[in-house]
Amino acid sequence: MMRRLPLILFIAALAVGPQLLPEFTVTLLNYIGLYAVVALGLVLLTGVGGLTSFGQAAFVGLGAYTTAWLTTVHGVSPWLTLFIGLALTAAVALTLGFITLRMGGHYLPLGTIAWGISLYFLFGNVEFLGGHTGITGIPTISLLGWELKSGREFYYLIWLTVLLAMLALHNLLDSRQGRAIRALKGGVIMAEAMGVNTARAKIVIFLIAALLASISGWLYAHLQRFVNPTPFGINQGIEYLFMAVMGGIGHVWGAVLGAGLVTVLKQWLQDWLPTLLGQSGNFEIIVFGMIMILVLQRARDGLWPMLARWAPATTGPRRVPQADALPRRPAQTAGTLLLDAHDVTKRFGGLVANNKLSLTVQAGEVMALIGPNGAGKSTMFNCISAVDPATEGEIAFLSASTADAASRDLAGRGMSRTFQHVRLLGQMTVLENVAIGAHLRGNKGVVSAALRLDRAEEVRLLAEAARQIERVGLAEHMFDAAGSLALGQQRIVEIARALASDPALMLLDEPAAGLRYREKQALADLLRKLRDEGMGILLVEHDMDFVMGLADRIVVMEFGEKIAEGKPEEVQSNPRVLEAYLGGVE
Amino acid sequence: MNSMNINHLHDHEIILEARHLRVAYAKVEALHGVSVSIRRGEIVTVIGPNGAGKTTLLGALMGLLPASGDFIYLGKPQTGEREVERLVRLGMTLVPEKRELFAEMSVEDNLLLGAFDRYRSGHRDHLETLDEVFELFPRLAERRAQVAGTLSGGERQMLAMGRALMAKPKLLMLDEPSLGLAPLIIKEIFRIIGELKKTGVAILLVEQNARAALQISDYGYVLETGEITLEGPSSELATDQRVIEAYLGLGHKH
Amino acid sequence: MDLQILLLLGQDGVTNGAIYALLALALVLVFAVTRVIFIPQGEFVAYGALTLASLQAGKLPGTVWLLLALGTTVAVIDGWRLLRDGQYGKLPPLLIFNVGLPLLAAGALTVVTPANWPLSLQVLLTMLLVIPMGPMIYRLAYQPLANASVLILLIVSVAVHVTMIGLGLLFFGAEGVRTPAFTEFSFELAGAPLQGQTILVVVASALLIIGLYFFFERTLYGKALRATAMNRTGARLMGIPPTLAGKLCLTLAAAIGVFSGILIAPITTIYYDSGFLIGLKGFVGAIIGGLASYPVAALGAILVGLLEAYSSFWASAYKEVIVFTLIIPVLLWRSLTTRHVEEEE
Repeated sequence: MMRRLPLILFIAALAVGPQLLPEFTVTLLNYIGLYAVVALGLVLLTGVGGLTSFGQAAFVGLGAYTTAWLTTVHGVSPWLTLFIGLALTAAVALTLGFITLRMGGHYLPLGTIAWGISLYFLFGNVEFLGGHTGITGIPTISLLGWELKSGREFYYLIWLTVLLAMLALHNLLDSRQGRAIRALKGGVIMAEAMGVNTARAKIVIFLIAALLASISGWLYAHLQRFVNPTPFGINQGIEYLFMAVMGGIGHVWGAVLGAGLVTVLKQWLQDWLPTLLGQSGNFEIIVFGMIMILVLQRARDGLWPMLARWAPATTGPRRVPQADALPRRPAQTAGTLLLDAHDVTKRFGGLVANNKLSLTVQAGEVMALIGPNGAGKSTMFNCISAVDPATEGEIAFLSASTADAASRDLAGRGMSRTFQHVRLLGQMTVLENVAIGAHLRGNKGVVSAALRLDRAEEVRLLAEAARQIERVGLAEHMFDAAGSLALGQQRIVEIARALASDPALMLLDEPAAGLRYREKQALADLLRKLRDEGMGILLVEHDMDFVMGLADRIVVMEFGEKIAEGKPEEVQSNPRVLEAYLGGVE
Repeated sequence: MNSMNINHLHDHEIILEARHLRVAYAKVEALHGVSVSIRRGEIVTVIGPNGAGKTTLLGALMGLLPASGDFIYLGKPQTGEREVERLVRLGMTLVPEKRELFAEMSVEDNLLLGAFDRYRSGHRDHLETLDEVFELFPRLAERRAQVAGTLSGGERQMLAMGRALMAKPKLLMLDEPSLGLAPLIIKEIFRIIGELKKTGVAILLVEQNARAALQISDYGYVLETGEITLEGPSSELATDQRVIEAYLGLGHKH
Repeated sequence: MDLQILLLLGQDGVTNGAIYALLALALVLVFAVTRVIFIPQGEFVAYGALTLASLQAGKLPGTVWLLLALGTTVAVIDGWRLLRDGQYGKLPPLLIFNVGLPLLAAGALTVVTPANWPLSLQVLLTMLLVIPMGPMIYRLAYQPLANASVLILLIVSVAVHVTMIGLGLLFFGAEGVRTPAFTEFSFELAGAPLQGQTILVVVASALLIIGLYFFFERTLYGKALRATAMNRTGARLMGIPPTLAGKLCLTLAAAIGVFSGILIAPITTIYYDSGFLIGLKGFVGAIIGGLASYPVAALGAILVGLLEAYSSFWASAYKEVIVFTLIIPVLLWRSLTTRHVEEEE
């Protein structure tokens, strides 16, 4: 209850606000609300997803102009134009997203700058949209028979929208899809290996951000009752981003805080800067620009985290989620051929990194791939996991070729992996990180997440993640931020994450690196147990004690080729292996 | 280990001494209090299995990684931020494991850039140095106009070494110069390293190829999981059974 | 449309295109070396043109005060660091460059008015006043974030852009300027009048591009910049500090911007905020070159200039819409032709 107190106070203050405050303040609050809706979209897009847009104002304009034109010229009901505006916005956002999101991250913002500018000039020059004078006489909105004529009345619609958008966003982030979106920042390779369609996730968040902007535009048009191109230009688009960054780009509340701060500060600066400088003009942008630079240099998380420190802290231990187990894939009997890589060759330009390399992994065995630095082990790993496909050769997983598969397809087929350089999302809890591994074992989408229709599935996914965390022995760290763990433990978390996908084959990239002696023993015990349960394990590892004690079979590589294969004792006594490791001049 | 300084060229000045060196990546310590010293005209090698922390050690010495510990260079303790550029100015240079060549530039341009810092601080002898490097690596002279990205593995290593020598270093650090090279080329590279020693430059050679490294060096350290587990004159280490154990885990059969 | 108009528009297009090409080259350069998408590139164009106009009008350009303020801030921040590290030897150059010279300029300009100076000296003075802001802005805005992601650097760029626009309004007011033509010379070509100023712009741009080519191909500093763009770690190991590369790069970008501004000031009316759109058109060119290829970027920029000129004839109101919508098919084409999986930092 204590934890909810600030929220309840905030909502209560919002509710009574218009009854007590002067007209001017209510108007200011209306604008803050409208801006906050747009900034919320940017929190999702930029803060959570790591993409950005300077063209949000143009989406606002699209929503505003759609309703303005349709209601005034064609007499369409505002409630209908809301959806027409959203549909139009969606079409534009999808097109823009499809074009730019396939390329490097910076093409989207550049594309949105260009699109923001061209739409602004379009609004200003199209005759039926009123050119630079715009469209006037936009009708009011009626809500269940209540006509929202004054700003005080409209206020409630605006802030209801803000609160609903915040709630939906909050719900979304705390879900299977939300974890997939948050995984975007942890790197595309990791997310894809866990079965996340990252391209789709990126387009979805860009779409959501655009739709929120469009809603804000619709509200704006019916609040102001006239539109002209000015508030939809690129400068306003930049200001929206500033709001989100200043408030706290990674936090839902940051959007509201930023919208409030920028709006109030702007009002204030516009009052006294011209007096101070003896000229008229929008000089507040000088201050905003400099504040932005400082915020990015000194407090990249924005102001919200500083404010949130004052909120009452969460108390008491969190409950470990309990639910029925998720359905599992049929177990493989020991000895079944899981992975069959045959004559795999990988070339980078003229360089041959792997040359006709073959290896197999069966259910219920640990296969180790070893060799000196630069022998081509990682390349082979990448070929098998479809991160970087082989140039020649055949790789079959569970008797089906992987030639055309993306790494997320292999995740769905039962191959999971860990990474040499740990790829966890440091600020998320261990539980959430591991739950990303179970991504493909759920199917609820973004809408169900936002509306909380996904809870039954969600608790089963989290319970599965919790079980895997207990299985690897990290139960006491379940609710800790993954980044706060020691590197050795982080590697174990990666194994739990891989296990959460219920794999038939696990690829482990140097799982013992950075582990202490006892941790290594525990890891070896765990891997033996998994092997005995019928799992196939392929590992790359440098720690020879670890490998020799654990592996059933070993493949030794040098210069991209297989130089030996066999049981640990055979490999250890092989003169070529000794030569490869210790070298020789003569 | 009382005999450890027998071959340590006692009369030569110490170029670099690092004591109690620690490097932590995120939360895990990659080096736990490592101490090494290198004298003028001496080749010191650090050998050890993959993942022991050899590259980390060089990265720390060169200022590429934040490290704690004492650094004494040319008799003076190094204080303040150990930025790579400052250390280059002082005569330290590193040939990294990945070579880090300027792939789209010619061999000659790559070499000239090796003298950038000397050029910037007013020396204008880069053309003479270039001739010296070409003398040492005639292969590079033949390919001076070729784009670095199209060189063979051995030529790339030669270029990386030649580029480092353009800075006229006092301390040359080589990270796995034999990495990924065919035996014949390795032999050639090691021959050149041996020749470099005659010029008086101190060489710190990090190698996985222990046999070759111990053959050519004066003194050796064995690095295992972030700690020096063995050190001594290279001739002694070369016959020490414990070196083989460190590499192949033969000592702890299960 | 007859041949005469065709040629006239082509002339306009090539003139503007040449300027966009210069800016596109600067943008590609800055991005390659520092990973900064240099949105404020256009502000240097405006600052250059407006500073020159102020000098010619006998006014003290506000850029003097900005230079002094930026320089002083740099001197305070770096001076404090030098004092802390005991590197006293580096203090005098720091103070002279960042505070001494701007003070000298401010002092001198309050005494003499360069309104009647020869054009070449006015141009030189303009460059001396505006170009040093490039490295200063690198020091203050970008250097502390040198390891940040492209995205963060881009947002910083936008913040710098916004700040410079606001300051531009403060210093130069809302009115536009057009400086007198450098030359009144003109002749007819195939029935269309060809202005000397046009030829001057094209020739000067071409010369600058050739100069840049020599800088990058023939000088060790130019090579060092290319080396940094290719391999940051490799460059550091050669003793090429990223900050030096960054400052050098922004000096060049600022110089190209100011030079462009001075060249177009007699052709187009320049307002405090004109630089943004001009710079962005350079960007469209740079993006055609994938932010990587110098020749394609330059050609792309000239294409943008031509497209702009011809569309201003057919649909002048939609000129900007057409130019900026061009980026969509360009991006589509690039996204379909480049296969590239990017791993974020």
